[in-house]
Amino acid sequence: MEAVLEVSGLRVEYRGDGRTVVGADDVSFSIGAGEVFGLAGESGCGKSTIANAVMRLLKPPAEITAGSIRFQGRDVLALDARELRAFRWREIAMVFQSAMNSLNPVLTIGEQIVDIFTTHERMKKRAARERAGELLELVGIDPGRLKAYPHQLSGGMRQRVVIAMAVALRPRLLIMDEPTTALDVVVQQEIMAQIRDLQRELGFSILFITHDMSLMVELSDRMGVMYGGRIVELADAKDLFANPLHPYTEALMNAFPPLTGPRRELTGLFDAPRTADSCGFHVRCPEDRSNCSTNIPDLREAAPGRWVARSPEGGPR
Amino acid sequence: MTAIEIATATTPTTPARTSRRRGLLRQLIDSKKALTGLILLALFALLALLSPVLAPGDPSLINSAGSQAPSAAHWLGTTAKGQDVLALTLWGARSSLFVGFTVGLVATAVAIVVGLASAYFGRIVDDALTLVTNIFLLLPGLPLLIILAAFLPPGTSTVILVLVVTGWAGSARVLRAQAKSIRGKDFVAAAVVTGERPLRIMFREILPNMASVVMTTLLGCVIFGIGAQAGLEFLGLGDSSVVSWGTNLYWASNDGALMTGTWWAFVPSGLCIALVAFALALVNYAVDEITNPRLRSRRRARRERRG
Amino acid sequence: MRLILRNLGFYLLAFWASITLNFVLPRFMPGDPVSRMFAQAQGTMQPDQIAQLRKLFGLDNRPLWEQYVSYVKRVFTGDLGISITRFPTPVSDVIGQQIGWTLLLGGVALVIAAVVGNLLGIVAAWRRGGVLDSAFPPLLIFVGSFPYFWLAMGALYLFGVSLGWFPLRHAYDVGLTPGFNGEFLSNVATHLVLPALTIVLVSIGGWMLGMRNTMIATAAEDYITMAEAKGLSPSRIMFRYAARNALLPSVTNFGMALGFVVGGALLTEVVFAYPGIGYQLLMAVQGLDYPLMQGIFLTITAAVLLANFLVDLVYVRLDPRVRVR
Repeated sequence: MEAVLEVSGLRVEYRGDGRTVVGADDVSFSIGAGEVFGLAGESGCGKSTIANAVMRLLKPPAEITAGSIRFQGRDVLALDARELRAFRWREIAMVFQSAMNSLNPVLTIGEQIVDIFTTHERMKKRAARERAGELLELVGIDPGRLKAYPHQLSGGMRQRVVIAMAVALRPRLLIMDEPTTALDVVVQQEIMAQIRDLQRELGFSILFITHDMSLMVELSDRMGVMYGGRIVELADAKDLFANPLHPYTEALMNAFPPLTGPRRELTGLFDAPRTADSCGFHVRCPEDRSNCSTNIPDLREAAPGRWVARSPEGGPR
Repeated sequence: MTAIEIATATTPTTPARTSRRRGLLRQLIDSKKALTGLILLALFALLALLSPVLAPGDPSLINSAGSQAPSAAHWLGTTAKGQDVLALTLWGARSSLFVGFTVGLVATAVAIVVGLASAYFGRIVDDALTLVTNIFLLLPGLPLLIILAAFLPPGTSTVILVLVVTGWAGSARVLRAQAKSIRGKDFVAAAVVTGERPLRIMFREILPNMASVVMTTLLGCVIFGIGAQAGLEFLGLGDSSVVSWGTNLYWASNDGALMTGTWWAFVPSGLCIALVAFALALVNYAVDEITNPRLRSRRRARRERRG
Repeated sequence: MRLILRNLGFYLLAFWASITLNFVLPRFMPGDPVSRMFAQAQGTMQPDQIAQLRKLFGLDNRPLWEQYVSYVKRVFTGDLGISITRFPTPVSDVIGQQIGWTLLLGGVALVIAAVVGNLLGIVAAWRRGGVLDSAFPPLLIFVGSFPYFWLAMGALYLFGVSLGWFPLRHAYDVGLTPGFNGEFLSNVATHLVLPALTIVLVSIGGWMLGMRNTMIATAAEDYITMAEAKGLSPSRIMFRYAARNALLPSVTNFGMALGFVVGGALLTEVVFAYPGIGYQLLMAVQGLDYPLMQGIFLTITAAVLLANFLVDLVYVRLDPRVRVR
């Protein structure tokens, strides 16, 4: 399968006063055409850092220090300012975590959609407004709401508007950073259905980011689990869910109890922060893993298409 | 009033633990801006204290020919009347600094009480105090100062009183916003539940957590006090028998120093006011930067990275 | 609209407070300033005029509340008493003759300082660490540390007395007759330069720093990142997204800043003998002209309150969120 996005060996560092925090470390994955790739992990594990890196939205003190990002063969990190502006939204669009915050409160949603067309397609205002209306209809919102301000819409409607904006230019890849976290469960389901429909219709690929494993499995074809800035497991979503190979994956899945079935104790996710000489998870790690407690090992192919960051059973790394 | 509240929403957040307050002081000394400001302030305080030694005798005494340019005998020249400008400037520091800091302390004290009471009691107390604060903020300061000063018997205490009356409101608004956010924290709720007395909660639980905001408002009040005193005195509304930077400027202007070209009569006092205000503003700016790291310029971060 | 009505009520309350203050001051202050004034006025005034003045200052024997009601009534009909320094001109006429110059000076200075200061703040925030961001703020803080009137004195001395580039005093040359012709207007403009410049210099730093800081806070908002992700041009993001939002606190500050600018304008007028109400206020203070002082205080207060109300109207247009509330 031809890859739309290829991230390899990506490292992002946050350089603060005197100390450096690694936001992402040696992250590699690829997303095929029309594929939904999920990235799961607790907050602060580096998921959003990856998303922002792909869009080149990282601002100092964050900095990409190693690795490459290729989009349909083009080197994203080499784009100059003008190319980058044309690249953003046309090739990759993004749905941010909170629609309330990602929409400008003092502009109407119409103005904010029209912006996209006037910038990228050099459309006249009137034509752009017409297209904006069609977009709203696509996500099931009355085009008359173009004149509405963000605060006049419900949370679900706002997120739909943001999704409509994201597909405005028919991008090849959509990044969705926790698109439903701020919404209640019913609306969450509606939005997910909307995304699936749009994806079937328009055929874009999705980089789907969430901490909610059940949502992830519902939507994703393949997925990666991130911990402490590294991918600890990478596999087909169904396989991974059915048989997690990494103890952290298992812990993350247990953090969201199934609605049905026997009750079981929730496992806490982390106890100690990850530092230079401690993976942080080892305190809670159900296995004795003294050989990897100081650092997370590199990914290793355990079975075809199944990668996991743990040393082979029993043997030293 | 909603608009007003939006404007105050960007006040810097304070470090919540008392242990970090010592950190603030150390950071202040580390900051180049703050250090410059503190040294300047110390210098002026020293000059004010030592003025009887450096320029003994009554500074307003006429002891030489008028309008003399700076010379070895009179380093800063003489006024049109024949007073030594250096002596006037040194002695002027006493009144100006005294009034400025007194106004700053008293106005901040009033603002703290109003702000804490507003935040702690809430409801009607808050509404009433906020209303009064906003009215004082809205009334144009200088005209209010002038009519108050004009009707009161002239003197330094009048000047201080009038400046406090017109100067507390701005600080009260900032302190109220800050105190309100701390009032909402869990440890205050815990103190209320355990039955601590209101006064204790206000001054022992809430106040220590807003140290840096109190500091910035205090500095702001002192700047206001020094500047407004000079303004009042320049208009002839102060006590013209007292030697201060403001009265020096009043006399310089009245004696036509501008038209006769005796710049040395009005430059030193104005420069002193500006330097003191600048020093205070520098410290203020540094406190702001320390408590609100986003404002720090990126350059510094870069330099530190290289080092 | 509820916001507008609520604020309108608040402004009326503030105005009432200042009227009451005006009423209370001469009646309850120690040291009896009024009799000092009468001693000075005795020579020039007719007995019945003095009687009228006594009434204004509560020296007649009516009960206090009756005095109060009649005082408030008189203020609202525009009767502020008679000026003593410009006897027998009514205070309202004196103010009417002067206020135009103050509005001109204060308005020009305020608009220039606000526009230029905000623009500098926007650019400084956008180019963090640039010259504008690192060198300008300390410089402007330094300039802003000088008292308005001292900077005015310096400017007058340097550009007026020493260099002779600009006229020294008044709003136009003595020989000229006011009128709408090029000669007069350009003469007025040259007289305006120095006083306006000093006010702008002192106040511009506050605008710039305020705007810079809110811009920095705004730049961290998600909708700015979103705008960047949309591929909008930097200038469009800067003005339409960041500055448009950062301007809101600046607009509310505008009302507040007005009070300071008025104060600055008053002192600046004194230095340049500019014939506005600030200069008139100095004359009133020196001549113990209490009716005029009070009249000027009330007029300035009313003007500031009115301006705040206008700013509210603008704010409601700029921020859709308060429109519905």
